[in-house]
Amino acid sequence: MKKLKLLLTFMKGTLASYVTAIFLIFASTAVALINPLVIKVTVDSILGDTPPELPGFLIGWFENIGGKSYFLQNLWMAGFILVVLSIVNGIMSYFYRKNVATSSEVMAKNVRTIMYDHIQHLSYSYHVKAETGDLIQRCTSDLETLRRFLANQFFQVVRAVAMVVSALAIMLSLNVKLTLISFSITPFLAVSAFFFYKFIKVKFKLTDEAEGKMTTVLQENLSSMRIVRAFARQDFEVKKFVDASNDFKDKDFVISRLMSWYWSISDMLCDIQIGFVLILGSFWAAQGLLTVGTLYAFMSYTSNLIWPLRHLGRVLADMGRASVALTRIKEVLDELNEDKDESTGLTPKINGNICFKNVSYEYEEGHPVLKDLSFEVTQGQTIAILGGTGSGKSTLVNLLVRLFDYQDGSITFDGVELKDINKKWLRRNVGIVLQEPFLFSRTIRENLAIANPDCPMGEIERVTKIASVYKVISEFDKGFDTMVGEKGVTLSGGQKQRVAIARMLLENHPVMVFDDSLSAVDVKTDAYIREQLKVQCSDTTTFIISHRISTLMQADKILVMEDGMITQSGTHDELLFKGGLYKEVFEIQNSLEEDLSTSVKTGR
Amino acid sequence: MTDMHDNNEEYKKGFDFKLWKKVFRYIAGYRKLSLLLIAVMITLAGTDAVMPLMTRYAIDNFVAEKTTEYITVFILVYLGLSIIKAITIFLLIYLAEKLMVNISHDIRKEGFIKLQQLSFTFYDHNAVGNLVARLTSDTRRLTGIISWGLVDVTWAISLLAMISVIMFTLNSKIALIVLGVLPLLLFVSIKFQKLILKASREARKNNAIIISSFNEGIQGATTTKTLVREEINLQEFDDKAMKLRTSAIKVAIYSALFFPIVTAISTLGTSLALWQGGIMVLGSAMTLGTLTAFMAYTVQFFMPVNDLASIMAEMQSAQAAGERIMSLLETDAKIKDSDEVIAEYGIVNPSDEVPKLEGRIQFKDVSFQYKDGEKVLDNFNLDVTPGETIAIIGETGSGKTTIANLACRFYQPTEGQILIDGNDYKDIPLMHIHGNLGYMLQTPHLFSGTIRENIKYGKLDSTDEQIEEVAKLVKAHEFISGFDKGYDHVVSQGGGGLSTGQKQLICIARAIIADPSIFILDEATSSVDTHTERIIQEAIATVIAGRTSFVIAHRLSTIRQADRILVLEKGIIVEQGTHSELIKNTGRYYNLYTSQFLEEHEVEVLND
Repeated sequence: MKKLKLLLTFMKGTLASYVTAIFLIFASTAVALINPLVIKVTVDSILGDTPPELPGFLIGWFENIGGKSYFLQNLWMAGFILVVLSIVNGIMSYFYRKNVATSSEVMAKNVRTIMYDHIQHLSYSYHVKAETGDLIQRCTSDLETLRRFLANQFFQVVRAVAMVVSALAIMLSLNVKLTLISFSITPFLAVSAFFFYKFIKVKFKLTDEAEGKMTTVLQENLSSMRIVRAFARQDFEVKKFVDASNDFKDKDFVISRLMSWYWSISDMLCDIQIGFVLILGSFWAAQGLLTVGTLYAFMSYTSNLIWPLRHLGRVLADMGRASVALTRIKEVLDELNEDKDESTGLTPKINGNICFKNVSYEYEEGHPVLKDLSFEVTQGQTIAILGGTGSGKSTLVNLLVRLFDYQDGSITFDGVELKDINKKWLRRNVGIVLQEPFLFSRTIRENLAIANPDCPMGEIERVTKIASVYKVISEFDKGFDTMVGEKGVTLSGGQKQRVAIARMLLENHPVMVFDDSLSAVDVKTDAYIREQLKVQCSDTTTFIISHRISTLMQADKILVMEDGMITQSGTHDELLFKGGLYKEVFEIQNSLEEDLSTSVKTGR
Repeated sequence: MTDMHDNNEEYKKGFDFKLWKKVFRYIAGYRKLSLLLIAVMITLAGTDAVMPLMTRYAIDNFVAEKTTEYITVFILVYLGLSIIKAITIFLLIYLAEKLMVNISHDIRKEGFIKLQQLSFTFYDHNAVGNLVARLTSDTRRLTGIISWGLVDVTWAISLLAMISVIMFTLNSKIALIVLGVLPLLLFVSIKFQKLILKASREARKNNAIIISSFNEGIQGATTTKTLVREEINLQEFDDKAMKLRTSAIKVAIYSALFFPIVTAISTLGTSLALWQGGIMVLGSAMTLGTLTAFMAYTVQFFMPVNDLASIMAEMQSAQAAGERIMSLLETDAKIKDSDEVIAEYGIVNPSDEVPKLEGRIQFKDVSFQYKDGEKVLDNFNLDVTPGETIAIIGETGSGKTTIANLACRFYQPTEGQILIDGNDYKDIPLMHIHGNLGYMLQTPHLFSGTIRENIKYGKLDSTDEQIEEVAKLVKAHEFISGFDKGYDHVVSQGGGGLSTGQKQLICIARAIIADPSIFILDEATSSVDTHTERIIQEAIATVIAGRTSFVIAHRLSTIRQADRILVLEKGIIVEQGTHSELIKNTGRYYNLYTSQFLEEHEVEVLND
């Protein structure tokens, strides 16, 4: 029920169009079924002598215009009526197809936009765990399944119903006995179609699995071609692939065989059904119980009905998929949206005085990542953070832009509680560069100006110079207009980090965070960039995660993190004096010198 | 997502007859099957064409004459026809599908064999995903068109021909009137199919854009958040989604127009026949049965015409797929044995036993370029004695991997020569070199299957004892035995619960069991825990001992062990010597070593 409600929200604004389409389908089906009647009347009552069996007003019209003799003189009228009917039908069917297609595409577009927007507002923790491929599948092929249900399957069912209802009505009015005969096999065909497609689903699954296996062999072979060549295993690989391909071929052919049985037998049943009508009809016609025209009309109706009914079985068997697809879409939309407070929250002036008081954070209950953190930063200070993997250093800086929200304690920015600050406002004030920054597949210029597309070129050049990436970019053939990513150049890790730094610098942030984002840059360039930043952004509060002593020692305050706790804090000199992890790291310098001298002495 | 790459090239060209001629050659291997299929289709068309005649007979004889004479014969004939039709339908699906799956298999096999021979230059220009698509979805699409195209075309043409003949025999005047509609029908069908095709190309292109937008939106979600770009993103996405919506609706509207118009045209045929036929019936120039038969034929006419139009359209849209497959099958393996080598050694297959090489490798004035004008190596000289370990270090793009690739003869020098054991390696069968090679990739690569199978990959006839022996040698036995199924633990693509370090150990075991004379180690950058690191170091020491080895090195400990270290810069050796010699030198190696030493140890201290 909830799913239906969701579907109706997706279809918002298209319902009228859908309802019109359903009416049009009934109308056009009915009109289409008049055709055989026209031929029947022509054959029986104009060419023959049977009085026309028509609804009252039509009989009136028939007689008024001049009855049988008029039509005999003007036989083109019969043909003309056929063409007119077909045009009327054509117009109706055009409109219903158009309505259905348009509304289903409008629905699809709505869902796409809803999904896209929802996904960008899902929490950071969701995205950390999310599988891109699966999510994309939900947004594309699942949606397509749903759209196809609304565009085709649903209307095939409507059409089949319309067809059966109108044909049945006409046929019953013509001849009850023959109607029963005409319908003797068709329901059975619909039911058997349903069961056949249910049954064959299992086989389809087997085939899909076999194809998947074959693709895996192929993919593995291609991505380890050097191994294959170096071990000279080409023949072995060919055999492996041919076996997999053969298995897929055989399984695929099993379906083909079943299909050929199904189609040939059900086709024969259809032919026999029509044969029944023809033979019994002829027999009765010979006895004068039936006119030739009625026989023709029955033949037409019977063959008209067979297709939609056989299809109905298949469609019904397929319909479960749409429901599954809708569930999969719903699952994504049911995920909690982090930015519910978009328009709420404070927008205070942020200068960069930050205070942590007993801050704790846990991803899951009972697994704290940050424990009881307290420290203070004043505007313009540089805070360096040192810690191993899993020490909580990234989580700490993510709190600063509210990618996570702390559960205990308090963080204040210039006296304002962080949780009360509007997220977007906060993120505009706190610039962060991630360790593995993401660049969009556009030109470098567009990537830099991504948050502010109207940014002047002079600014872009200025920040790329600070980030020490200007020269690299200028050396590309197309300079700043070089495409990045799949369709363009592949930047090295260090280049990406520097572009991301420039991107962040393009806007003024009172607080900047570098989440190990100079790790792939060499020590010299690292120092140069930091030097530039110091000069250009002296009022900015800066957080730097790094394990380079040269970076750490220049900070106003160093935080050493272990197991989610700050185990040490202070300046370089203070920490060296105290001893501990920081000192250990620092002393590696000494061990290097030892190592070098032994190398020189021992020759190893 | 697989066919995103091809959207732009599709439908660009006109109908490519040469390509289809090549494609249809694949049927040649199944001549009997195809001929049978054609015969079946003609029979089916025959029964389809005869069915209305049965109605005609029934009306003209039983109904008009009011007799039931011959009705049993009629019933038997009708039943006979239904059975024939059922049999032909069975055969048609059976044979067409058989043709399709077999040709698919043939093309896949041929393509796969080709891929095993193509040089690495080819792989540099073709992404794996793209190649997989060629042998799966592209092949399926193409062969579907080959076999079902054969079916549809034969059926449509023979049915049209038979209906025409029957109609002319029944009444030539009416036949002419009905056939008069045919050109119009054909014209409209082809026109519309083209329009629909063009519009759906546009829609597919827009769809691909949407998929990549989703991709970017998901992968760049965090970046979007930190840059507060949600609204601009949504706006851009909405524009793209709107474009897709517009183009998809266009396709739908064309098809919505197409069916009513075609139906109207064929109704025109029916009504003309009814009018003129009716006049004839009145004048007793035609029987009522014949008139009904004509009514049925005019309706039947539309199907084959539409089929023909759609198969033409489909062939055009599948052309790009066809081109991709054919170009793969026609690509020449650039590195292969010369005729002289084949004359001397015969054709050497990968699985043949090959003589053991000593492992001396000399580069003589070797130049190499991947692309014209971009020399990676220029007049490079190097002499490696058997058993020597050479560590190569340098930045990305300095040419270190190229040297290893050239030594393996994965590529060949563009100028100069490489000698193995004193002979130009182009004069030795390729398989003699590859059969003596061991290779370890930067990211340890295992195949899906058991651990045993993976180690066995190095030596297909190795016994379980041998496998266990090498596993013990590289200290992998301990963790392998820890799995429930031991050596039969299944490794899947994702790794199957194996850590990177463990995978590396299995790769080393695989290399050792192959006992190669030349070993290439493209070392991993990713750090593993200190304990595993130490085990890997020992294992590597075991494998390079006594073999000519090239180590494209990242780990200091491996570099230090090397007999010779080459420091490369832009394809030139700027420093070479042993570790201590280079340290004394305090040049580039010294700088590199010291900064890396600090980083490695810092990470170690922090994570312990």
